[in-house]
Amino acid sequence: MTAVSDSLGLVPFDEVLEKYDPAMGLEVHVELNTNTKMFCGCPATFGGEPNSQVCPTCLGLPGSMPVVNAKAVESAIRIGLALNGRIAEWCRFARKNYFYPDMPKNFQTSQYDEPIVYDGYLDVEVEGETYRVEIERAHMEEDTGKTTHIGGATGRIHGADYSLVDYNRAGIPLIEIVTRPILGAGAKAPQVAKAYVAALREILLGLGVSDVRMDQGSMRCDVNLSLSPKGSGTLGTRTETKNVNSLRSVERAVRFEMSRHAGILDAGEAIFQETRHFHEDTGTTSAGRAKSDADDYRYFPEPDLVPVAPSREWVEELRASLPERTADKRARLQVEWGYSDLEMRDVWAAGALSLIEATVAEGASAQAARKWWMAELSRSANDRGVELAELGVTPVQVAEVQKLVDAKTLTDKLARQAFEGLLAGEGTVSEIIDARGLAVVSDDGALGAAVDEAIDAQPAVAEKIRGGNQAAVGALIGAVMKATGGKADAKRVRELILEKLA
Amino acid sequence: MSDLILKTAAELADALAAGETTSVELTQVHLDRIAAVDGDVHAFLHIDAEGALSQAAASDARRANGDALHALDGVPIAVKDVLTTIGLPTTCGSKMLEGWVPPYDATVVKKIKDAGLPILGKTNMDEFAMGSSTEHSAYGPTRNPWKLDRIPGGSGGGSAAAVAAYEAPLALGTDTGGSIRQPGAVTGTVGVKPTYGSVSRYGLVALANSLDQVGPVTRTVLDSALLHELIGGHDPLDSTSTTTPVTGLVDAARAGATGDLKGVKVGVIKELGGQENGQSGWAPDVMRKFAESVDLLTKLGADVVEVSTPSFEHAMAAYYLILPAECSSNLAKFDAMRYGLRVTPDGSPSAEDVMKASRDAGFGDEVKRRIILGTYALSSGYYDAYYGQAQKIRTLIIEDFKKAFEQVDVLVSPTSPSTAFPLGAKLDDPLAMYMQDLATIPANLAGTPGISIPAGVSDVDGLPVGVQLLAPVLEDARLYRVGAALEGAVGPVLSIDKLEVAR
Repeated sequence: MTAVSDSLGLVPFDEVLEKYDPAMGLEVHVELNTNTKMFCGCPATFGGEPNSQVCPTCLGLPGSMPVVNAKAVESAIRIGLALNGRIAEWCRFARKNYFYPDMPKNFQTSQYDEPIVYDGYLDVEVEGETYRVEIERAHMEEDTGKTTHIGGATGRIHGADYSLVDYNRAGIPLIEIVTRPILGAGAKAPQVAKAYVAALREILLGLGVSDVRMDQGSMRCDVNLSLSPKGSGTLGTRTETKNVNSLRSVERAVRFEMSRHAGILDAGEAIFQETRHFHEDTGTTSAGRAKSDADDYRYFPEPDLVPVAPSREWVEELRASLPERTADKRARLQVEWGYSDLEMRDVWAAGALSLIEATVAEGASAQAARKWWMAELSRSANDRGVELAELGVTPVQVAEVQKLVDAKTLTDKLARQAFEGLLAGEGTVSEIIDARGLAVVSDDGALGAAVDEAIDAQPAVAEKIRGGNQAAVGALIGAVMKATGGKADAKRVRELILEKLA
Repeated sequence: MSDLILKTAAELADALAAGETTSVELTQVHLDRIAAVDGDVHAFLHIDAEGALSQAAASDARRANGDALHALDGVPIAVKDVLTTIGLPTTCGSKMLEGWVPPYDATVVKKIKDAGLPILGKTNMDEFAMGSSTEHSAYGPTRNPWKLDRIPGGSGGGSAAAVAAYEAPLALGTDTGGSIRQPGAVTGTVGVKPTYGSVSRYGLVALANSLDQVGPVTRTVLDSALLHELIGGHDPLDSTSTTTPVTGLVDAARAGATGDLKGVKVGVIKELGGQENGQSGWAPDVMRKFAESVDLLTKLGADVVEVSTPSFEHAMAAYYLILPAECSSNLAKFDAMRYGLRVTPDGSPSAEDVMKASRDAGFGDEVKRRIILGTYALSSGYYDAYYGQAQKIRTLIIEDFKKAFEQVDVLVSPTSPSTAFPLGAKLDDPLAMYMQDLATIPANLAGTPGISIPAGVSDVDGLPVGVQLLAPVLEDARLYRVGAALEGAVGPVLSIDKLEVAR
């Protein structure tokens, strides 16, 4: 049934808005970086030998019982406060009953009608305009295990010969942050979605509660989207694109679904409520399972857990210890760094604020940090279709390279080559400099020989310089640079030539 | 047959302390008794002679060494097969868990092992603790040692029968709606459901998590107090476990044994056989024994009054919504994928086919019935009408208890509406079976502690009748004081000569 819808044409994005209003709902799952899992003492670290970080409780063995991780509750409250939310005085966990092979109890311990955080908001900025995204709730739950389907062509369960299950991830604490429908963003809906997730990511980073690595799944976004006839004020049938795993993909998923929905609606067809998969390579989505509002999870309060009732004193303590609000921080850093409004906006939109902050903290100047992240590395990120933070280059490395530039060991040009090496995974900064032979030649002896050769090779030019025509020196510098493979310090070369020809 | 098996756990502990016997000897005489009678009784699903004897030898070595010993160190015990045990099968009386050997011990099992009690084996039970007769065990019923054609109560019939048949001086049971107290009543033993949360549930394969409680089954009130103190107390692995220390129970039992109940106010629950008996199938012989017990309490100096708990009328209905709801969710994990039974249909079955076939073969009728009931009660559109209402009734019952305990110190009722009925008599009538727990269920819904002690034998069939005492939450000690006094006044009910599995 969905094949029919999928085969209908896409409406060019610009035309979608002529007839329809988009409504979005974003559900962001965040894995908390607690030491232990949500309901047991197993390590909550990423990876590890399959099924090496498990116990009776996270394996759901008969007789096992959960105990709430207090640190996870603390993280949930801090997130709630940072999102301007209200913290429940009393809330409970519930069982969400459904079958799934990676869920060892065949129910997920989650929160249902009593989330720990409710009624929050986050202001996001797109092209200088601010949108308030209302947050309906943030609740605590446990992650599921991970299945790998072996033998099929697609890596999906259909067609697979068998499946392997790794329960290391089962029971890792998750916070699910759910927005109210985001209305009125119009053509900027894709950007608003991206900006919201980016802002959320910055806040979570600032709180230090999660690694927020979208590429590793520690932050995942489900994008709900519907269209309604322009001006109708109603909500259309939605689709839910699951597990979108980069900021860029969030934007693309919204854009694609808007075009796809419009195509179906224009053809007079109905949208099916379903989950969809996003494809990074094509920027498109495809049908997952049909999903209706009638999904019956048979929620009921988890009888093995006592209610969570954070004291007001504790909540106020946590509020007082919150890091600086992102908006305040942004304003402060702009002044400290001396960026223009436009520069700051670009930095923010690129998700580079905390990267630059960390680079500056490592000793690089704000201008240098911005130069590398926003020019050199942004281009690579764009080419590769990934987020800056996912490039694999760290603030420490950027600062390290810049320090070498400051020490004149590297020129800007050589520094670019060092970044190429880092992006290609060639090793540490010093390994790359050694392997590629990137260090500036500043030894006067070695340079002297090259300078002598250049003078000998171009006597006419040398004569001009001796005659006082300093502009001619460029030709000799060029020759020396060529002879040293671009590794000479140009300023020093100039000095040496002028000394010799004085 | 050694006379050692006739001694109570407290007496065995004294004999060990006095050097009159060894734990190995005690363990061996009980293993011999099991070998002699369990073919008839079928109280055990797994017998661990080797493990028990090695634990006994370790206990004897500790004693010889002069190491600090728990009062019950060296006294053997039987454990209901719903509690996980490292290296010993745990089947919950179900085919679904056939052959499953847990990699961890329930906290109560760990406690009895740490205290040095040799574990004789795992006792039979209704499948996943669903039933009141132990006839729903997938491994065949347990028989009442008093009369082998009678049920031993359920779901903990195995533990009660093992203690009544002198196969073990002590046993652990679990009580979700009366599964310790009702088997206690129909086998002439003492059974205790402690305050909810005062004994860890970690490692108890859940039937209904909000109702389940582990507790002792013994032949005397004092023995129960000794075992209850041992297994009680906070467990960080069970977040519903109370932090109040479980102490003073043994002292209360010793105080009660003096037979003085002056100043104690006892309330007879009108709705549980008080005035309205005859209405809910209360057997006249049971009511006569109960009336005698009330007279004895008066004679001991207690001030006996009648109290009303009107919401108890709805306890059964609430229980049979809450319990199936929780168990439908608990049993979802049995999907034949990771442990236990796996049935693979012919052809190239999908995971779903395997799950269906395994559940069809692995779960008995009563289990399937409750899964369906619970799934229905939790479904969207029915939740408020069923589960939600049941929770409201639960609140009313808690209120009733509170009001009653404003007037009296303990409440009293018959434990079970009848004596042990014949095997098979109620198998085709689930509702009649459910009625067995009429008097015991309110305590589970409210989390209050309860004890069943033998009140004598029926003048009709000569089978034991139990009387139930109930106390407020965390006031378990009151049960031991009043229970021990009543036990003394009633006099011995169980004796090996009265059993069909006599010496």
